[in-house]
Amino acid sequence: MMRVAFLALMGLQLAASPGAGEETGSYVVTGDAIMQPLVGGKGDPARGGALISDRQRSLCTLCHSGPFPDAHLHGTLAPDLTGVGARLSGGQIRLRVVDMKRLAPNTIMPSYYRVADEQGRRVATAWRSKPILSGADIEDIVAYLASLKG
Amino acid sequence: MHALWRLAAVSAATICGIVSAAGIEDGEKRSGFDFMTPETQALQADDMSNPGMLWVLQGEQLWQQAEGRADVACAGCHDNASRTMRGVAARYPAFEAARGRPIDLAGRINSCRAERQQAEALAPESDALLALTAYVAHQSRGMPITPATDPRLAPFRDNGRRLFQSRIGQLDLSCASCHDDNWGKRLGGSVIPQAHPTGYPLYRLEWQTVGSLQRRLRNCMVGVRAEPFAFGAPELVDLELHLTERARGLLVETPAVRP
Ligand code: HEC
Ligand code: HEC
Repeated sequence: MMRVAFLALMGLQLAASPGAGEETGSYVVTGDAIMQPLVGGKGDPARGGALISDRQRSLCTLCHSGPFPDAHLHGTLAPDLTGVGARLSGGQIRLRVVDMKRLAPNTIMPSYYRVADEQGRRVATAWRSKPILSGADIEDIVAYLASLKG
Repeated sequence: MHALWRLAAVSAATICGIVSAAGIEDGEKRSGFDFMTPETQALQADDMSNPGMLWVLQGEQLWQQAEGRADVACAGCHDNASRTMRGVAARYPAFEAARGRPIDLAGRINSCRAERQQAEALAPESDALLALTAYVAHQSRGMPITPATDPRLAPFRDNGRRLFQSRIGQLDLSCASCHDDNWGKRLGGSVIPQAHPTGYPLYRLEWQTVGSLQRRLRNCMVGVRAEPFAFGAPELVDLELHLTERARGLLVETPAVRP
């Protein structure tokens, strides 16, 4: 895959989240991963599992399938997440949820930890100035996905 | 709460499509009808069971009814719709010189009300406006979509294409992200169609009523957590111009049924 070569070039970079609202902080990208948790404390995998299947809040299963309830409502727009914890480290999963566009600029996967209020984006009032998920939400999801080993 | 999942109503269809990065090839062009379950297709195909036909019948009555200070019916100027309105919906939106911009079919009906009948405008999504629009569009059922070639439409159609390709909303997706690049795949339980405006106004099972193309476009905008354009906004007509160009050659289905 081309992406592997691309990732090797990336090295260590500091990313400040644009328009940093109170709910987004800055984070350090190392290669294709974010090694440090976004907020203090370990994520709760049980909560993360429930959040993944929440079609209104996380939206994950609108695009992804995986070992989650209601398989007939899973989307087919994105890779199956079964065993993702065996393919990717927690840090790699974290960067993919935080900002997939960093790895695949044209991806349809939303950047979950970014405020996208730029001019012309027409972000609806209710969603303005906030990321899709909070740092704590993302840590729960990372803890859960990292536990999916096969 | 409106969200992306509203786009993804439960549906049993599982048709698989091919990813096309730059629009849809002519041979691959398919109406939303083709992505539906056989049950929903049957509902549309039989006029006795198609609930949209109730609006067409209501529109037929309104067509005959004198209105406004001019006390004249649509039929007073246009006579028999099956003759005079045949093919009209297949080429709309059209350029309206008086306003210097394109107008959609519902807009034309309202401008006839204001100028010829001297009556008040019908509200967007009102039963009367949907019924008249459905009745007029129904006169073109089975005819290929053949967008007007008026060169004055070009800049508006270009703007529509630009809007179609622009990422919007908190989810940062464009219409093209789903309808050009990922049609045929499933978003949650729903198959993503190619977004051809072949059947409007149409009866949507999720709405449990008839709705306009503008209502559909606003739904998709709300789904990506964007502020939708207001009913009647020029941007929605520009988007429709682009959609009709993409759909060129597909057949008018009004009143269609959709999940
Ligand atoms: C609108 C579609 C969409 C949504 C919603 C979405 N994703 Fe994704 N996701 C993708 C796509 C597409 C890819 C593949 C990357 C690419 O090539 O664009 C991907 C890739 C991933 C990967 C990497 C998988 C691998 O095997 O490499 C992870 C992990 C992931 N997503 C997790 C999530 C989580 C967790 C959520 C919800 C919080 C989510 N995604 C929501 C579309 C989506
Ligand atoms: C995240 C995916 C997504 C995005 C982005 C999106 N749509 Fe849709 N659209 C859908 C789905 C799914 C349906 C079908 C809903 C159903 O049948 O229940 C649909 C339906 C439609 C239809 C109806 C087609 C028919 O057969 O009647 C039109 C037209 C349309 N979309 C246009 C647009 C436009 C214009 C935009 C941008 C403003 C847009 N869509 C953005 C997913 C999307």
